[in-house]
Amino acid sequence: MAKGRYGIHGGQYIPETLMNEIIHLEEAYEHYKKDPEFNAHLNKLLAEYAGRPSLLYYAEKMTKDLGGAKIYFKREDLNHTGSHKINNVLGQVLLAKYMGKTRVIAETGAGQHGVATATAAALLDMECEIFMGKEDTIRQALNVYRMELLGAKVHPVTSGTMTLKDAVNEAMREWTSRVNDTLYVLGSVMGPHPFPMIVRDFQSVISKEAKAQILEKEGKLPTAVMACVGGGSNSMGMFYEFINDPEVQLIGCEAAGHGIHTDKHAATIAKGTLGVFHGMKSYFCQDEYGQIAPVYSISAGLDYPGIGPEHAYLHDTGRAQYVPVTDAEAVDAFEYIARTEGIICAIESAHAVAHLRKIAPTMSKDDIIICCLSGRGDKDVAAIARYKGVDLHE
Amino acid sequence: MSKIQNAFQNGKAFIGFLTAGDPNLQKTEEYILAMEEAGADLIEIGIPFSDPIAEGQVIQDANIRSLSVGTTTDKVFDMVVSVRKKTQIPLVFLTYLNPVFKYGYEQFFEKCREVGIDGIIIPDMPYEEKGELLPIAKANDVDVISMIAPTSEDRIRRIAGEATGFIYVVSSMGVTGMRSEIKTDLEGILETIREASATPAAIGFGINTPEQAAKYGAMADGVIVGSAIVKLIEKYGENAKEPLMQYVKSMKNAVISQ
Repeated sequence: MAKGRYGIHGGQYIPETLMNEIIHLEEAYEHYKKDPEFNAHLNKLLAEYAGRPSLLYYAEKMTKDLGGAKIYFKREDLNHTGSHKINNVLGQVLLAKYMGKTRVIAETGAGQHGVATATAAALLDMECEIFMGKEDTIRQALNVYRMELLGAKVHPVTSGTMTLKDAVNEAMREWTSRVNDTLYVLGSVMGPHPFPMIVRDFQSVISKEAKAQILEKEGKLPTAVMACVGGGSNSMGMFYEFINDPEVQLIGCEAAGHGIHTDKHAATIAKGTLGVFHGMKSYFCQDEYGQIAPVYSISAGLDYPGIGPEHAYLHDTGRAQYVPVTDAEAVDAFEYIARTEGIICAIESAHAVAHLRKIAPTMSKDDIIICCLSGRGDKDVAAIARYKGVDLHE
Repeated sequence: MSKIQNAFQNGKAFIGFLTAGDPNLQKTEEYILAMEEAGADLIEIGIPFSDPIAEGQVIQDANIRSLSVGTTTDKVFDMVVSVRKKTQIPLVFLTYLNPVFKYGYEQFFEKCREVGIDGIIIPDMPYEEKGELLPIAKANDVDVISMIAPTSEDRIRRIAGEATGFIYVVSSMGVTGMRSEIKTDLEGILETIREASATPAAIGFGINTPEQAAKYGAMADGVIVGSAIVKLIEKYGENAKEPLMQYVKSMKNAVISQ
């Protein structure tokens, strides 16, 4: 495959102003990923600051209740800042630091990537500015306050649909105006090459650990690994080390909102078509003229009209399977895992849990499923309460 | 020779941009003809896109206004058919890659040839990615306009060496929009371009006053003005013809005074 390509997907579809910077970023990444000092520094941060390795937790009660496959959760929700986003952010912000940058910018949807970036920037003494759709600053007001508490400047984005895609647009616009001292810390396995590769590499720690942990606990590979998919960073992290183990099924759960037969969804694989946007060729929700469609999900973190190019390729080749999960199913799963396992997970992760509830009972007791709990659900509690019609005041 | 080069035959060129369908396509046609009458040498017609990542606020808003009145790529083609009955001024499209990709490269460029479009500017398609559409555009006599930015450095020669139509020199970092000051070493960039290419070079991004037009017109083969024109259309809506003509005349006079 050509450099930066995943089958026909990927590439570098960005303004000329950014080209030299992105070439420079790739060179710097290729250099530092082999640099012992950089790796020692990153591994120390992952272990002592982020709290890695994350637990692989056997969900005994759910396993019994669902009565099929043995269920494990990869507990990315227990990381510092409460989601898998910290894995990528520590890598990228540290890379920015080694590159001599003094400022990082990022987009955020639910706010998890923004909070993680602001956290790493505070720790590593970098200036930090976060772009967040105005709609999302309202849905996730607490995360806005968290980012500000961490010293970041949050820009509410009022263009377009005022959600994640518009935040990416605005972060890219900002980056074209200032590249010398600034790295755009992209939050998912998307955008122009080398971002899908860099973010995948930093997130692949999830499956590296999970593989070693399951082999130790069970002495065999899982039947399936699964995760929710927006841009696709936690799922790519969960899949990556298993891609070359054909006996392991890879399952991504995308946001179907009110259902894929309505126009209120963010189910890119189910409903999207091939396009070129945000620097990459991949699948996008768009109209017949290539206008990017407004998408919808109860989950701000999955509310994105595209999917990372490597996922698009795994879909094309049939190596991974992508399934839509509705808001209602996700909320139901959010409540179920809370009551059954005492875990309040992110509404994004609850999309994977919802599909897990469908497939686990169809499998045998010898089967093993690892589901990535990408984040914790504190940020979602108020919104879910409102969804359920509870009159709740923070 | 590319028809685009006609724009550079009578001294320095003034290139005007507007977003098709803002405020509506009938007015776009009228404004294209008005700009030509006022002295514009080449017109860039923006095909609206939902997410124009290289545009500042003014042109972003124009894209939204245009899409909200139902402008589509097919309707823009129809408008060009009508314009072409009245003028032979060089016309180039400016749009993002996705509307072109989704239309189908073959269909899009065949249609360009059929209606009389001479070139295309695609801000999110850099040198490295142009291979997938360049042969198709060429086969249909559509020049794919190359952009060179303040950060292009070692890339300038390579890009300029393969450029056809004209070279779009991006004056500043960032997105489109009016600027009071441009700090880039444009003379250095233009010198490198001229060593590598005989294709005319025009400067765009940020230019909005006659003083700027005179200054950058003196350096390059032409100047490109977008946001200032779109701002006038935003302000005057369906009654922008007179103010547009006055503005284009003042800018063209400033450019050719050099």
